[in-house]
Amino acid sequence: MLENDNASTHNLDAIIDKWKDVKGSLVMMLHAVQNEYGYVPREAAMRISQRAGIHLAKIYEVLTFYHFFKLNAPAKYQISVCTGTACYLKGADNVIKELEHELGLKAGETTSDGKFSVAALRCLGCCVLAPVMTINGKIYGQVKPADIPSILREVSKGEE
Amino acid sequence: MPKTDINQIKNEFIENYKKIKQRVTICGDSGCLAQGSQKVYEAFNEESRKFGVNACVEITSSCYENSTYVVKSGCQGFCTQGPLVNVGGILYTNVKAEDVPEITEKTLVKGEIVERLLYLDPKTKKTCRGIEDIPFYQKQQRILLADCGKINPEDINEYIANGGYQGLMKSLKMGPDGVIAEVKTSGLRGRGGGGFPTGLKWELARKSKGNEKYMICNADEGDPGAYMDRSLLEGNPHTVIEGMIIAGLAIGAGKGIFYIRAEYPLAAKKVQKGIEYCHKLGLLGKNIMGSGFGYDLEIRYGAGAFVCGEETALMASIEGNRGMPRPKPPFPSEKGLWGKPSAINNVETLACIPYILDKGGKWYASMGVEKSAGTKVFAMTGKSKNSGLIEVAMGTTVKDIVYEIGGGPLKGDEVKADQTGGPSGGVINKENKTMPITYESLQKIGSIMGSGGFIVMDETDCMVDIAKFYLDFCVDESCGKCAPCRIGGYQMLDILKKITDGKAELEDLDKLQNVATAMQKASLCGLGQTAPNPVLSTLRYFRNEYEEHINNKHCPTGRCSKLINFNILKEKCVGCGACKRACPVGAIGGEVRSVHSIDLQKCIKCGQCFTACKFNAVRRG
Repeated sequence: MLENDNASTHNLDAIIDKWKDVKGSLVMMLHAVQNEYGYVPREAAMRISQRAGIHLAKIYEVLTFYHFFKLNAPAKYQISVCTGTACYLKGADNVIKELEHELGLKAGETTSDGKFSVAALRCLGCCVLAPVMTINGKIYGQVKPADIPSILREVSKGEE
Repeated sequence: MPKTDINQIKNEFIENYKKIKQRVTICGDSGCLAQGSQKVYEAFNEESRKFGVNACVEITSSCYENSTYVVKSGCQGFCTQGPLVNVGGILYTNVKAEDVPEITEKTLVKGEIVERLLYLDPKTKKTCRGIEDIPFYQKQQRILLADCGKINPEDINEYIANGGYQGLMKSLKMGPDGVIAEVKTSGLRGRGGGGFPTGLKWELARKSKGNEKYMICNADEGDPGAYMDRSLLEGNPHTVIEGMIIAGLAIGAGKGIFYIRAEYPLAAKKVQKGIEYCHKLGLLGKNIMGSGFGYDLEIRYGAGAFVCGEETALMASIEGNRGMPRPKPPFPSEKGLWGKPSAINNVETLACIPYILDKGGKWYASMGVEKSAGTKVFAMTGKSKNSGLIEVAMGTTVKDIVYEIGGGPLKGDEVKADQTGGPSGGVINKENKTMPITYESLQKIGSIMGSGGFIVMDETDCMVDIAKFYLDFCVDESCGKCAPCRIGGYQMLDILKKITDGKAELEDLDKLQNVATAMQKASLCGLGQTAPNPVLSTLRYFRNEYEEHINNKHCPTGRCSKLINFNILKEKCVGCGACKRACPVGAIGGEVRSVHSIDLQKCIKCGQCFTACKFNAVRRG
């Protein structure tokens, strides 16, 4: 995908060149790449390998270690449910169950049309609003499982 | 190289500030932002224009006389009541953008108070004007949080005007040995969990041979349910930056690195901005304030690995590798980042440093108790009436924290247990509620100080389930390098699942205990060594709950879904259909106005019918 997109490759090369001579910067470079594409595409990893002279195995060794890095394209609507302690105590697991039920997937998966993904997220730090979930970064506080269908409807409606 | 006169900046700011008639401080911490404080901020700017109140957004010499300073602060603490807006000492709670015209008209223009937005003390039924009247703040001792929530975190001049960078000025005169001596006098211990004496840590790094040394700030706050470090970085980034500069001076480092959690972009942005300002003022660079000391700061992001809170793992991550720990010794003070002597401190520890150097180690040591000096910031969350960011003197009792500051439990009269130390900590049961909080007292009862998560739990929280929650977290976060942690954690989790599924036997508790002890002793790093703590601690104080799960296949709180069933009580059901509508899997049948029933084959035990029923007709048990 990157080969066909000159502007995109150009940005990628700029990112690689910015970091490649900085000691120990692989994690920072991958952050910048994910920022650009929303995930770290395999083509991008290969490009880093070539241009910065880092073994592809080393890149994947790091990529797969950290929760933050994503290897697949993100869904259009990325739903994250906070599973910090406060959220857990206030029923985050029921929120996840309801999302799984409504969207017909398991946490960590994306719907087949690529529209929704559901993931459990580490503490967001707004424990007062527990249980908390975010859709593309927008925070929904004190979520009740019963609210889920209407929230999902609202999100889909905004699209049309 | 610019050499700035700190006192001149301070005086100029104070002069400019005199032109300000009043100040509107809107909490701009992530928690309040999530509740809509950005809209409140924008509304204030708009309404001020409408009402002809001269609003200024920055304190400079070009501020109009009698203007109103509208500014976003960091966390003001009382998160349950957010968004918070402080207008010249009056604290308005739960402020919505719709309330802003009224506040502008009444308070900003006429100087009247909008009573309905004040905090109502549930005990005395009286409204509270400002933080000094609110019980939540009264039992606290806010040193680190004093300016966090008051000042503009993005204005270095205001930080300086409030005494900022005086500690650094004194440190430059005292020299490294003087700084280390002062920190030793203060009795400051690491606030990240371990409680290692900070002065000693710096001395070890200082004494290590080598010209190249590194200072590292651990801001990879991964403890679920804790957000002290984020709030400090967002609310008063310069205390931590100043702490990092002083620390660098003390150990003889040429470079300092902030290792910040990638999930905290706002905190990273504020630190980055702060670093840039410091460069402009000559507080960072090749020759800081003409002292000959050269030092620079850089930000590196974490990437969501809890194990990176362990110092050797954190350094591996900065080096661009998988964040896996290595055996110690050699300690980081001898061989740290890139094999060079390094010191790592947590955000809160570093935030204490400017105060200690400015006001003296003796002043700091006068707070708290003997071996646990100073204050501690906690993020109090869970089932207490008040949640938020609090700071108390070390040695404050659990009871004071939970009942006086926290206002007691949300439901009922008594808190079941409190949890400190997150996945590495343990529970404080009712019997220990009069215990003063210190490093030693917590360790004695099987918990740890930790980084500052303080979770309040009530009668509806199952202790076996909580232990499972924390262990599940650690198993997920185990890096897999050493067998005790990788295998031990998995086996323990397996036993806990058996217990909550009702398939365990009593002897499994002994197995659990044995594996836990082995894991504590044999794991390579702090994650594995402390991961069994939540299990051991709940086993110690709530063994009866474990036994109830095993012997009677019953979860007293109804939390463990495999051990409960839902039934509809015929005599109470009015046939309203609320449960049927709430059921996500269509397991409930029955005609309107006739008794409903649950198909237990279909039921997924989510409990929504239980919540939906207004007639107590759904029985959980």
